[in-house]
Amino acid sequence: MSWIAIKMLVGDRAKFLGIVIGLTFAAALITQQGSIFCGLMLRTCALISDVTGADLWVMDPGVRFVDDVKPMLESNLDRVRGVNGVKWAVPLYKGNGRAKLTFDPGDIKAATYPPDVLRREREGPPRSPSPSNVFTKGLDLFAPASGDFSTPPPRWYDPAEVNVVESVILLGVDDSSMVGAPPGGPVIGPGERGRMWVGTLEDLRRPESIVIDRVGLRKLFPGCHLEEPFADPPESDEAYVARLRAFLRSAPEIEMNDRRAVIVGVCEATRSFQSSPVVYTLYSRAKRFMPMERKMLTFILAQTADDEGGKKLPPEIVAERIRRATGLGAWTSENFTYRTIKYYLIYTGIPINFGITVFLGFLVGTAIAGQTFYNFTIENIKQFGSLKAMGASNGRIVAMILLQAAVVGAIGYGIGVGLSTLFGFKTLDRWGNPTELAYFTPWQLLPITAAAIVFICVLASLVSVQRVVRLEPAVVFRS
Amino acid sequence: MPADAPPKADSSPAGPSVAVRVRGLTKHFGRGDQLVKALDGVDLDLYSGQMSLIVGPSGCGKTTLLSVIAGILDADEGEVAVFDEAITKMGDRAKTRFRARRIGFVFQQYNLLPALTAAENASIPLVIAGWKKGPAVAKASEVLASIGMAKKVGSLPSQLSGGQMQRVAIARALVHDPQLLVCDEPTAALDHETGLTVMELLRESAVRSDRAVVVVTHDNRVFHFGDRIAHMDDGRVDKVEDRAPDRSAA
Repeated sequence: MSWIAIKMLVGDRAKFLGIVIGLTFAAALITQQGSIFCGLMLRTCALISDVTGADLWVMDPGVRFVDDVKPMLESNLDRVRGVNGVKWAVPLYKGNGRAKLTFDPGDIKAATYPPDVLRREREGPPRSPSPSNVFTKGLDLFAPASGDFSTPPPRWYDPAEVNVVESVILLGVDDSSMVGAPPGGPVIGPGERGRMWVGTLEDLRRPESIVIDRVGLRKLFPGCHLEEPFADPPESDEAYVARLRAFLRSAPEIEMNDRRAVIVGVCEATRSFQSSPVVYTLYSRAKRFMPMERKMLTFILAQTADDEGGKKLPPEIVAERIRRATGLGAWTSENFTYRTIKYYLIYTGIPINFGITVFLGFLVGTAIAGQTFYNFTIENIKQFGSLKAMGASNGRIVAMILLQAAVVGAIGYGIGVGLSTLFGFKTLDRWGNPTELAYFTPWQLLPITAAAIVFICVLASLVSVQRVVRLEPAVVFRS
Repeated sequence: MPADAPPKADSSPAGPSVAVRVRGLTKHFGRGDQLVKALDGVDLDLYSGQMSLIVGPSGCGKTTLLSVIAGILDADEGEVAVFDEAITKMGDRAKTRFRARRIGFVFQQYNLLPALTAAENASIPLVIAGWKKGPAVAKASEVLASIGMAKKVGSLPSQLSGGQMQRVAIARALVHDPQLLVCDEPTAALDHETGLTVMELLRESAVRSDRAVVVVTHDNRVFHFGDRIAHMDDGRVDKVEDRAPDRSAA
């Protein structure tokens, strides 16, 4: 009788679509909001995932998450190196630096803009000094009559706005090994892939040099033709890299702690929760880029040694040894990631905010799909009554309804998850990196969404089933 | 038997076997002040090889009686035996199985599934009996062809006229070769001419020596199709007319 159930279901296209749309909406919203939540949580651990080559993170025992900077004495580095099972240990500085921007937009523009674009810009009408969009216009309606609430224009269009200060994430990697720096190979082009767009890690050995992440660079130097490859006309990766190179040739520099920092390279970095530009430099130099303090060592990155049999010691065991021997906090990268995520889950309202949205999606999906499915069953009640009169047992009728629910559930789930995944892909840039919107769909989210959809379908069908089971077949003789 | 019910036993002569035996059937609906006695001690015998009509004014209990006979409604008191099987003593499951095997239904509003073609609709009893879709639809198409609907086997109910839909319903009722065919006002939704055609079709295709056909109707223009006519009023069978030639002779 399954084919009868399916034909009954799809026969009424409007109802069928209504149920599927309800379930699609629920599945899409749960997956999408869940993915954004997971993406945000991953961003909280961006630094941890970007550091490769080290097994262990050692830190002040009071550190709860990766951005919770509690500096330690430099002597702790030697203490960690002395723990049995530690192959090597290197320092890593992490802090929130203040970058004073000293560039002259005219110079950079002349270096990076194609001549025809530059000419068009100069000859064209000036852009609005106060950019706005539909949201700011809406907000203006509620603003008090007096006062200037206009958004500051991009610095490019107002030279008076240069020499402002931007907050950056400053990372100081070990001077000799450079452990903690992004993998050195180029992002595009032949050879082993790394995360350097322009320049090499060795350039960091030049005096006063720093490497900035690509997205952060765009934020630090707005209007300097550093946007991602243009779509119209289509720009190749090589042309984009050439633009970045041209920018670096203009010797851009910033000031941190009144010291000059010259940008010698551009790298790719996982977007962090704060979305601040990431500045890489050597450990010794990083300390100079920040106001001097007695304690400057933020993290110690360590590698576990091999045991006597030549087998690598489990990082968890070595971490435990470090904790016992030094009293410091020591965690594997994975454990530190979970600690960081747990901190955000417990101490921020993010899970509640997203949970509410997901719950609303679940509720709305349940309401739409459940109500439509129930209506569908009720409108077919006479048909089900006829089937019962003709000798179809309650079990078979229930099986028909459950099959119908399963079919719409599967279709709604498939379309919803598909749409959500498509949305996720659309948020990536051309190299597959996340853009402004944090979006990550772990496989665990898919069974969770499936379970929610199954719950909605079961709930919707149960209401219908009890109605049909209680139905007297004699209803068929009532006109 | 209730005291106010006519004690008239159904005195049928010898001949065709009794297909449906109804004794002292009572059925109430509602409670307290709202209590309605739909059947009030009905006694009735219906025979195989005949088309029996149950007639009477609206609300007299015809459809209730048919529902109990067909095993889709439980009686409060009394007994109904269909081909010697006491349907009123069966449990729900047994009754469901009995209906699937032994009874065919024709409804006033046809009750065709709108998403299924004529052949698919007609095949439903076979599917309920466990047939696969292909053979069931093939058999249903044959039955439809036998009642002049060969060209409409692939049509949806929305593409059929009222008469054609009732033909499909008749094919559906006959496709699994039931012993008892119950028809509830089969002509009520049809114009007079189409109603007559449907009744003729029922007589020609449904009435067989080993099958009983019971039709509930209040359409006196089709009374002449009945071999045996039970007149009901106020929940009781007032009168039973035998019109079949062989039965009159007996």
